[in-house]
Parts: sequence; C-alpha cells; structure tokens
Amino acid sequence: MSRSAAIAIIDYGMGNLSSVHNAFDALDCPSTIAAQPAQLREAAGIVLPGVGAFGDGMRNLRERGFIEELEKQVRDGGKPFLGLCLGLQLLATRGFEHGENAGLNWIPGVVERLQLPPGLRVPHIGWNDVRFVKKDLLYTGLGEMHAFYFVHSFAFRPDDPRVVSGVCEYGGEFVASIEFENISATQFHPEKSHQHGLSVLRNWARKVAAPC
Amino acid sequence: MLKKRLIPVLLLQNGLLVRSELFSIHQVLGNPIHEVERFNHWSVDELIYLDISRDDRYDLGRDDTRVRGLTDRLGILQEVAKTCFMPLTWGGRIRTVEEMRERIARGADKITLNTAAVRTPELITQGARVFGSQAIVVSIDSKRLPDGTLEVFIDGGRTATGLHPADWAREVERLGAGEILLQSIDRDGAGEGYDLPLISAVASVTTIPVIACSGVGRYEDYAEGIRAGASAVAAANIWHFKELSDRGGKRALAKAGIDIRT
Repeated sequence: MSRSAAIAIIDYGMGNLSSVHNAFDALDCPSTIAAQPAQLREAAGIVLPGVGAFGDGMRNLRERGFIEELEKQVRDGGKPFLGLCLGLQLLATRGFEHGENAGLNWIPGVVERLQLPPGLRVPHIGWNDVRFVKKDLLYTGLGEMHAFYFVHSFAFRPDDPRVVSGVCEYGGEFVASIEFENISATQFHPEKSHQHGLSVLRNWARKVAAPC
Repeated sequence: MLKKRLIPVLLLQNGLLVRSELFSIHQVLGNPIHEVERFNHWSVDELIYLDISRDDRYDLGRDDTRVRGLTDRLGILQEVAKTCFMPLTWGGRIRTVEEMRERIARGADKITLNTAAVRTPELITQGARVFGSQAIVVSIDSKRLPDGTLEVFIDGGRTATGLHPADWAREVERLGAGEILLQSIDRDGAGEGYDLPLISAVASVTTIPVIACSGVGRYEDYAEGIRAGASAVAAANIWHFKELSDRGGKRALAKAGIDIRT
C-alpha cells in the first residue's frame, strides 16, 4: 500500500493525536497526521479525533481551512470518516457547550450536557458498557456489549435514531456511537480502550480498505 | 454502569522505577522503558506515572548514565505512550502550562499537579481552560498529625501547608480540576490499607472523581476504598511484589460486588 493511501488524522489543535497515531501503528495500519487540508485528498480514510470544547473545535477546523475540504472529501466524495469524541459531536447541527455554536451539520441533531440525576459525578470519566445496536462495521466480531473508555460532559442527540450504532447508560441512555453511510463516530476513545478499542479501529480501517 | 477503576501508580526517580515508603525511602526496581510493555499489557484501567525526582538531583545531573536532562524524562513518557492503549496520567515537577503541553503532546491524556497547585492555584484554572478539566488531575498528599488531624503537605511531603485536605479538594474542584488523586503520606508503603476517613472526608465534599491511593497491602483493601467513596482505586508497591496483581486486584473487587471492567 502506498503512503498516499494512508489514513489521515486531522491535526486541528484539539488534544492528543499521538495516541490515535500510536494505535494505528500498533495495528500496522499506515496513518499520517494531517495539519494541512490538502493532505485529506490523498487519504483513503479520514479520522477526526479531538478533546475540548465544541466551539473551539469548530473554530479551529474553520481557521485551518479543514471544513471545505472535509465537505468535499466526506460528504461529496463519500470518503470513509471516523470521528472520535469531540469528532463525533462536531457532526451535529448545533452544540450547547459554552453558548450555542453551529456544527458541521452532517447528521442533524444537537449536542447537549448530559442530563444527570443528583449524585452522579461529571464529567462522565471511565469505562462504561456500550450496547451494540449495529454489529456489522465498528463492532464486527465483538458480540453484544463491551466496556470502552469515556471522558465527556456532553452528548449527541441525533434527530434520526437510525444513525445510532451503540448506546451507553449514565444517568440515562446516551449515544455512544454513530454509523451512517460513510460516516462513523464514537463518543468513547477506542484508542484508549485496550484490545476492544483497537478492534473497533481495526474494523473501521479494514472497511476503508486499509490493509490491517 | 460506569465501572470503578483499578490503577497502578508507577514512580519514577531520576529516570528509574522505584518503590516508596513514607515518601522518603525509595528502592530502585528497574528501568521503566524495559518494563513498560509489561505495565501496558496489564488488565488495568489506566496508568499513572509520577516523577518523584527532586529538582536538585536533576539539576546536578549526578548520575548521567540514567538521567540526561529534561528531554530524557519526556522520552520515557513518549516510549510509554507508544504501547499504552488506556488513559495515561503523567505527573511530577509540572510548574507551567507549557510543561503540561509538552507532556500532553507526548501522549499523556492527563497531567497531575501537586506542589504547583498549592503555590499557584490559578495554574489549575489555566490548565483546565487550555486542555479541559478532564486533563487536569490535582494530586493531594495528606498527612495525619500526631493529634489525628489531617493536613496537606507539598514538596514530596516535606512542607506543611496549613490546608485541610477536604477544604483543599473543594477548592481545586472549584478552580477547574477534573479529578483528585488522594495520597496519604503515613500510609505510603505501609500496606495497612487506605486511610478510609480521609477518602470519605474528601469524596463527600466533592463531585469530581476521587482516586484513592497509598496503603494497599491486600487486594481486599481496594473494595474498602470504593466503599469509602472513591471512584477509582490506585496503588503502587503491590504491583511489584505480587504476581498477576492485575487479575488478583480485579478478582477481589468483583468478589466484593463492585462493578468493574473484566
């Protein structure tokens, strides 16, 4: 496989990218960290990771010129896309973290603070069970349910429940992952979720025709 | 259900892995780079590395075969991160937002502040603003005074602060910390179990997760820490002196009816 067909991990100044890169390395799956939008053109698949606030994430993507290229590659071109954590939330129409901000609006819905009964600690940090609703892409071969690592205070509520591929419970049910056409995304961190997390990344990489 | 977490704390001193007693006696265990794969494959939920080297030792560079200055310390982190597919917390000697950034860029998911948080509390807020609260763990070293009262100490247990751990915990939460790593100086290396009243004093006045540490001698001690209010239980020495200490710890937690990741 040529270097140009690697998975591009978008560097937009939102958190620890090296762990995603290390995870693909451990899977022998070529990936590059893309600081320039042009690098997305050659990639076989695009990963949008990210930790941080919704508004900052959108602003950084915009200022670095990624939004137009992402629209072209993923929405128009159908290139496989994987959003991780904030990378899932940014798919929404709007986010309500520190005020209201517009998202990419690829999957209509809103990102809102987790609605928690008293006594539950925020952020939701730690390992929690994800129940798989769709089992033929990210969760292939993983059975019905596994624990993955979460760190977040906000969650995505899509208008159309059919996009949901995994759900999790914390004071109520929330969306743990999305799979819709060429777009996949997880609220949890597969790159920090031991072997089952690596399986999720491998499953996605295989689907995008990366040989690993 | 959100699982309770089991976390090894690995102590680094002048580039070597050590065990600790009462915050003052340190015994060398080995080279962290050689052992890192073993830790990374443990069936634990996170890893915490604390660099407990004292500034003067580093500055004098007394042992140049082990320590080659700042880049080497960050080099250890970079190596650890390569095969660590679970959350990684890095602490020790972090004094500025720039030092936080260097560690996060090399693969740390969270950093811990201890002495610097007491001396310059605004650092907690600055760090939380730049990296998010989830990335800022404040480590609190508490000591039980002869009359039984609790006090926070800094500088590796050498300097008293006049702060009560519960008051300080509430304050760090207000300042933007995402988690508290709670250590007990008198329980360090003692193997007598956690200081349970300390855990409950801190957990009952905070809403952020509390990671209990110091004193684990038996696997059964973990469950006691959870019952006292901790969201996660950590230990250092037990990992080095018992075989299969990951599975043993998890088994004891499960037996006590605590929901953990298996």
